[in-house]
Amino acid sequence: MNIHEFLIPPDQSCKRAGPHDRIVMSSRVRLARNVKGMSFPGWAKKADRLRALEAIRPAVEALGQLAGGFSESMDNFSTLDKQILVERHLISREHAAKGVGSGLVVNREETLCVMINEEDHLRMQALRPGLQLRSAWLAIDQIDTALEGKLEYAFSNELGYLTACPTNLGTGIRVSAMLHLPALVLAEQINQIIQAVNKLGLAVRGLYGEGTEALGNVFQVSNQMTLGEAETDILERLNKVLLQLIEHEENARSTLLEKKPKMIFNHIGRAYGILANAHSISSKETMNLLSLMRLGIDLAMFPGIERWLVDELFILTQPAHLQKQFSDKLSAEERDLLRADMLRERLRHVSRPVAKLPPPQGNKPDKPASSS
Amino acid sequence: MLCDICKQNVATVHLTQMVEGKTKKVDLCETCSKDKGIDDPTGFSLADLLLGLGAAQEMAQASSGSELKCPSCGFTQADFKKSGRLGCADCYTTFAEGLEGLLKSMHKGTKHAGKVPRVLQQNKSVTEKLNGLQKRLEKAIAEEDFEQAATLRDEIKQVREKLDSLTTG
Repeated sequence: MNIHEFLIPPDQSCKRAGPHDRIVMSSRVRLARNVKGMSFPGWAKKADRLRALEAIRPAVEALGQLAGGFSESMDNFSTLDKQILVERHLISREHAAKGVGSGLVVNREETLCVMINEEDHLRMQALRPGLQLRSAWLAIDQIDTALEGKLEYAFSNELGYLTACPTNLGTGIRVSAMLHLPALVLAEQINQIIQAVNKLGLAVRGLYGEGTEALGNVFQVSNQMTLGEAETDILERLNKVLLQLIEHEENARSTLLEKKPKMIFNHIGRAYGILANAHSISSKETMNLLSLMRLGIDLAMFPGIERWLVDELFILTQPAHLQKQFSDKLSAEERDLLRADMLRERLRHVSRPVAKLPPPQGNKPDKPASSS
Repeated sequence: MLCDICKQNVATVHLTQMVEGKTKKVDLCETCSKDKGIDDPTGFSLADLLLGLGAAQEMAQASSGSELKCPSCGFTQADFKKSGRLGCADCYTTFAEGLEGLLKSMHKGTKHAGKVPRVLQQNKSVTEKLNGLQKRLEKAIAEEDFEQAATLRDEIKQVREKLDSLTTG
């Protein structure tokens, strides 16, 4: 079976629901581990990496949690396959650059994913829709405990699990959530929020882009520190911050609707107009406009349309997924045309957004959005 | 303005990030920024980069000129400066001195407070028990309670055997 037959089609995977999934798109807990007595993958010679892969891969495959899963070494994937795995968030970009001597094991549900010989010998992650950090941690903790009986980890009582990069030392844990924060961006509060979150020792990254205005208004929030604190404490701290971010985003949505409804309706209406009618559109513009449509769905402006439609298009319109549907190698311009065709087709039955103004409070018209 | 890494080319990439409430800045040339994967934002954190640069400097100072090399894997501090990654688990012992300050600045503490592999966990609790018994034995001898001391001595012998079987097994 190849990876494309294995992967769950996006129209199914996007229908998975989880707590707070209006704002939290997914939760992830990742552990970094290394095997004692072997150089880290980035420094090891090819023969040593192969030896490590041969030792680790069978141990991972034999885990009950990964039964019926998919296992392959990275040199057996084409560049396009790897890019698709990145767009699905199953592997890191760093892992996509690997070939001989690295491997990947994914479970049937695509909720557990083990990268072998990425930056560390083992990078294992559990994924969940919505805000479910605890459940993700329990799942990956279980895998880790099962593996430690088969592989001897590089561990020191003082420094904990030893990792290639000192930033992962100790617990080797990275707890993260992907957040959709369009209202905080529209209200121009996002920079403030990011700075406040950074001050708490947490990292905020864009999903597909560096900088504060992340593409598609999607932000990834994760812990930065891994040493000197227990896993569950790290997790609880992040969880608290995430709950606050959810509240801030919800507040920003209500405030904007109340104070600047025309500005919101304008953005969402234009987004719909372009997505449903364009004949050429870039991946970046698509993501930013789909984000606004997702907000419109949350605000009940597209009755009968569910969020998964947008989430699915979010994946399908990305370059590798688009390329996969066509046998010929496409140029960026050709992709833009085909992307627009797909969007027009998929949005054919989606009616124009319904903009219901809140009951008038006095007769002051909504001020047009300032351009600052 | 010259690049912070190669100190040769003109810096064209300027990055700013808040790390622990302080604003940190890095200026890089195009080649070094590509090397560091900055054109790949998902895999990049300025903190990692900054800390890597700082650590390499500290390591250079700690070894005061003579190039330190990991006996297990042959990794040097120059390699660390290049990649910001270490060569093997033993590098943490080899470069311990230079890494200490770095770990302090990037983490909450410098002592691991999380999960411990089960094998070592048992080991640890047995060792702790043994230490406790030893103390009680010393106390019993000091108080000339020889009956108690004899019981403790037998118990210590048993625990020792258990510890031996754990570490060899």
